[in-house]
Formats: sequence, C-alpha cells, structure tokens
Amino acid sequence: MTNNRSWIPYLLILPSVAFLALLFIVPLVQTIWLAFSDNGVPSPANAQRMMADINFTRSIKNTFLLTIAVVPVQLAIALAMGTMVAKVGRGRETILWVWTIPLGISDLAAGLVWLSILQNSGYFNSLLLGLGVIGRQASWLSYQTPVALFFAIAVAEIWRGTAIVMVIIVAGLNQVPKEFREAAEIFGAGPWTRFWRITLPLIRPALQSALILRTVLAFEVFAVVYALGGRNFPVLVGEAYNWQNQNQNYGVAAAYAVLIMIISLAATLIYLKAIKVDPERLP
Amino acid sequence: MANIVIDRIRKSFGTFEALKEVSLTINDGEFVSLLGPSGCGKTTLLRIIAGLETATSGDVLIGGKSVIGLPPKERGLAMVFQNYAVFPHMTVYENVAFGLRMQKADDARVKAQVEKAAGLLHIEQYLDRYPNKLSGGQRQRVAVARALAVEPKVLLMDEPLSNLDALLRLEMRTELKTVLQSAGTTTIYVTHDQTEAMGLSDRIAVMHNGVVEQVGTPVNVYNYPATRFVGGFIGNPPMNFIKVPVTNGQVAAGSEPLTAPKDSGNEVILGLRGEAVQLAPLPLGLEMKVRVAEPMGSHLLLTGSIHDQPVRVILPSSETVRSGDVIGLKLDPNRITWLSPESGKSIPAVTA
Ligand SMILES: Nc1ncnc2c1ncn2[C@@H]1O[C@H](COP(=O)(O)OP(=O)(O)OP(=O)(O)O)[C@@H](O)[C@H]1O
Ligand SMILES: [Mg+2]
Repeated sequence: MTNNRSWIPYLLILPSVAFLALLFIVPLVQTIWLAFSDNGVPSPANAQRMMADINFTRSIKNTFLLTIAVVPVQLAIALAMGTMVAKVGRGRETILWVWTIPLGISDLAAGLVWLSILQNSGYFNSLLLGLGVIGRQASWLSYQTPVALFFAIAVAEIWRGTAIVMVIIVAGLNQVPKEFREAAEIFGAGPWTRFWRITLPLIRPALQSALILRTVLAFEVFAVVYALGGRNFPVLVGEAYNWQNQNQNYGVAAAYAVLIMIISLAATLIYLKAIKVDPERLP
Repeated sequence: MANIVIDRIRKSFGTFEALKEVSLTINDGEFVSLLGPSGCGKTTLLRIIAGLETATSGDVLIGGKSVIGLPPKERGLAMVFQNYAVFPHMTVYENVAFGLRMQKADDARVKAQVEKAAGLLHIEQYLDRYPNKLSGGQRQRVAVARALAVEPKVLLMDEPLSNLDALLRLEMRTELKTVLQSAGTTTIYVTHDQTEAMGLSDRIAVMHNGVVEQVGTPVNVYNYPATRFVGGFIGNPPMNFIKVPVTNGQVAAGSEPLTAPKDSGNEVILGLRGEAVQLAPLPLGLEMKVRVAEPMGSHLLLTGSIHDQPVRVILPSSETVRSGDVIGLKLDPNRITWLSPESGKSIPAVTA
C-alpha cells in the first residue's frame, strides 16, 4: 500500500522545486556565465577587470570590517535582550513587538531615517548645537570623516538588523526548559556560569542559524550604506550596483555578485563547522 | 545541624491555591516522604524549599536560619528534579561532577566522588555517554548521582525512582536509604508510590489538595489515619469505610456490639483495615456478603459488602471461603478507626 504511494511526497515537493529552479537556479547559472564569459566565450576578463578596479580592495575591506564590527555586537545585544525578556512575565509580548519594529522597515527607509539624524542639518547636530557641545554644524558622513561615517553606518545597521537575530535567539531560548538553569543554580552556578555553561551551549542551533543569516545579510549590506555614505563608503553590493547601472557593464556586476555569493557560502560553511550542532547533545 | 522547618507556607498561582498553609518539621538526618496524589502540591513545596519558587507567605528555615530570602545556591542543598534536568550537552561524568566543579573541587576529589555515586546508582558504564543516548531510568539515576556526589546536608528528591523497573527500584531504594542514613543527610522524598514511602521513610507527610493531612511514622499513618483521605490513600487494599448507625453509644457488629466514640452522632464511619478481621461463626460475627473470593497465595482477598457498602478484607490463605458465601467477621476494636461522617476526620475512640 504505502510503497505504491512513494511518489506522493515528490509530487507535493515538485511545485516548490520547479519554482526555485526557475527563479533561482536559472538566474544563478546565467549570472555565473555572465561573470565568466566574454562575447559568448569563457573568459576571466570580467573578474580581472573587477579586481583591477580602484574600489575593489576598498569595498572588500569595508564590507568585511562592517561585518566584523556589526555581527558580534548584534549577537551580544540580541542575547542580552533575549535573556532579559525571558525574565519578564506580563508585557513580554509587547516588549518583543516593540523590539521587532525595525524588522518592518525597509533597509533604504532605515538608511534615510539615520540620514535625517546624522546629516549636517540633522537632529543629532541640532541636539549637539542646542547643548552647546559644538559651535557649528559638524559633518559626520563625508569622506573626510571616515571613522565617523563607518561608525554611523555600523550603528544604523545594528539598529536595523538586531531584531532578526533576537527573534531567532528568543525562539532558541524558549526551547530550553527552565529546569536546566534551575538545576545549575541549585548546584551552585552563578548567573554568568549558567549563561556560559548551560544556556549558550543549549541554544547552539539558534545561535548558528542567527549567525549564518545575519552574516550573509551583512555581506549584502547596501541600502543603508548608500543612503548614509553614498560612494564615500564602497561596499561589494554597491559596486555591483554601480557597474550594473552606472557603467552598464553587466559582466563585472555579475562577477561581483558571484564573489558575494562565494563569500557568503564560505561564511556559512565556517559557521557550520565552528558551531557544530550535535543532535545527540541537545535537549 | 540541618533540620528543616516549613512554617505556614502558602502558594497561589493566580487565584489557584496550590499550597494552603503547609507546616512541617524535618529533623536533622531524618528521611521524610511527601506522599500524595498527582497535583496535590508536592513539587511546588519542594521548589519553595529549594528557592526556585517564591512562597506567597510563610517561612522556611534550614538549620535554624530563615532561607526564604536566599538564592538556591546559598541554601546548601541538592535536588533531583521530577523531569531529571540532566544536562544534555555534558557527558554523564560531567553531569555527575557538575556540583563539585561549581565548588571548585580538585580533580582527584571529583573523580573519587563521581565514581562513588556512579557505582551506587549502577551507571559506571555510561559515564562517557551523553544523556540523550540513555533510557529514562538511566537518566533518572544520573540525576540522583549528581545530587549524591556533592554529599549535601539537605537532599530534595522529586520522584527519583519513578522510571525504574520494580526490581531495580527496590534495590536502589535500599541503597539510597543506607547511604543517606550513614551520611546523616536530611532528606525530603517526593513520591506517589505508597509502598516506597512506607518502606523508606522515618516519617510520612500525606498531602492532599495543598494541605498536609497527616504526618507520622509509616506504621502510625497506616494504622491510625487522621482523615478518611489518608486511610483511603494508604494501604492496598485501601481502608474500608462503612457508615453505621449509633444506638445508645454502641454500634452493632454481630453479637458483640462495639463502643462508639463519645462525640459521635447518630451515625459514624467505621474505618476498617482489610486485615484487621477474623473469621467468626455467623450470629457472633458481623455479616459480610462475599461477591468474589481471590486466593492470592499469601492471603485470601475477599470483595463483597457489609451493610450493603463495598468492602475488601484479607484472611489467611488457610481459610476456605468461596464466592457467594455469607460469612461472619470479628473486628479487633483496637484496630478500628472512627471517622466523622461530616468532616471525614478521625474521632478518638473510647478506651476502656
Ligand atoms: N507555575 C505554575 N502555574 C500555575 N499552576 C501551577 C504551577 N505550578 C504548579 N501549578 C499547579 O499547582 C498544583 C500543584 O502542582 P505540583 O507540581 O506541585 O503537583 P505535584 O504534587 O508535584 O504533582 P505530580 O505528582 O503530578 O508531580 C497543580 O494543580 C498545578 O497545576
Ligand atoms: Mg510533582
């Protein structure tokens, strides 16, 4: 009986597979072909052109620096938020809801929000002026203030992207029965020991998902950077965009896209190896 | 000195009263069982003693000192959780060693203590494994070993043997008792298995609906239940309750009437242990209609009725009674518990 029906699962999966193949695999193959061909013949010309570009090294450096600065901070904040909200009884839902508001804002809108705060005539300068901290409008987002610009972009990214990490962490924390922490407490573990030795190891799967998702997204950072820094702060996706739209060179843009994909896949692989999730050691 | 005083503890969850003024004193080194049906508040009481739950009111003293404001780790106790709470990401060895590691014990002591506890609970061969690869009963033993390894002054155990097979449970029970007794550990042992409570405890506290109904030695609680609930909950078969009329201070029971307790009204409940009877010829004994007679080997179990109320009694297996017989029973006046039909509480008997 059941054997005759073994095709049913495949039938049910078919639409999604077809859909993915059509909208993902095909463009992916096309992009890769576009990146590694020239006038219809395989060629490394696009990749060479990409690497020779003056913004190439800067955009790689910026993207990695931003990722390294933003992701750990987001993880730390999300863990702190998740642990705090777990202690709250009434009003928990409301707090979570407020915290996830940035999730509902598009990244470009988020960039514009922070632009209105940080631009020369923005709220931040008005505040500093009002308080008498500065004498005249300071500029934070120009190419002459790279540190401030980096800092501004990092803060905006943290503000925008922490909620998704927190949502995953909270889901992970909910999976850990409170008795584990209680047992540790009975046997003499303080809050820090409980966090490092009990909670953190038990939310490994959530930690892994959150890190992969957030890191991949961090490598794809674009709209916030573009809104705040324009071309003063080149990043990988920004370069792809410029080659595609300004330079109308689809080949080099495709080479950037492939590079971003390779970096993301590598990061994912590293996380999968580094934060091994052994189902044998889960609750 | 690690005696425990539970002083008028109340606990409400919202409008639901899980514990209604529970008071209980456990002496230093004593083994006390909390016995009661599911949902009566045993775990809640244990968690309050451990400091994992805040009481609505009342006090808990350990070694004469109030611990109500102290965090769990400063109360100097160990606990076995009802759902084990064995850490899934640590090997059995590290689980058992956990408490000692927190005390910063040196490796030699950790090793010695872990091996001792593991040996006692028969889990030596699993020390390198992760708990997920163990059966429920094995995990439960890891939880007990983890608690024993720290040699606590006070040990709280929440149904620690519930998942073991009958044979292993019996063995573990005896070993636990021996170890705890020689170490002088003050122990509170939650169970709803009455034979376990009877066999292990110095004293039993019988709980029902958030109230401790009776505290006493196993023999005491068995023979002189303070309430109808206790009599019905303890003993297999449970105590029989027969409502009988009182005339002139006496209760008819065959040809020799029993003296009813002083302050009984027109009716009283006669609480009768199934084995506190003897076969007697009929006009002399109290009449019992036997519906089913079951020879159990060691004894004869009779199910039937007295005064049209269901009863189960036990006779020596040498007696021959068959299903459908009508027999006479002689009651031992010293082993009768009189209960008020209104309150369900016991009434002291008139002693001659
Ligand atoms: N956190 C809680 N919130 C609300 N009600 C609770 C909570 N914890 C326990 N209760 C209620 O309190 C009562 C006592 O629960 P408790 O766990 O102490 O029972 P128990 O005697 O240990 O039962 P069992 O033998 O089934 O383990 C139950 O009716 C339970 O539903
Ligand atoms: Mg319980």
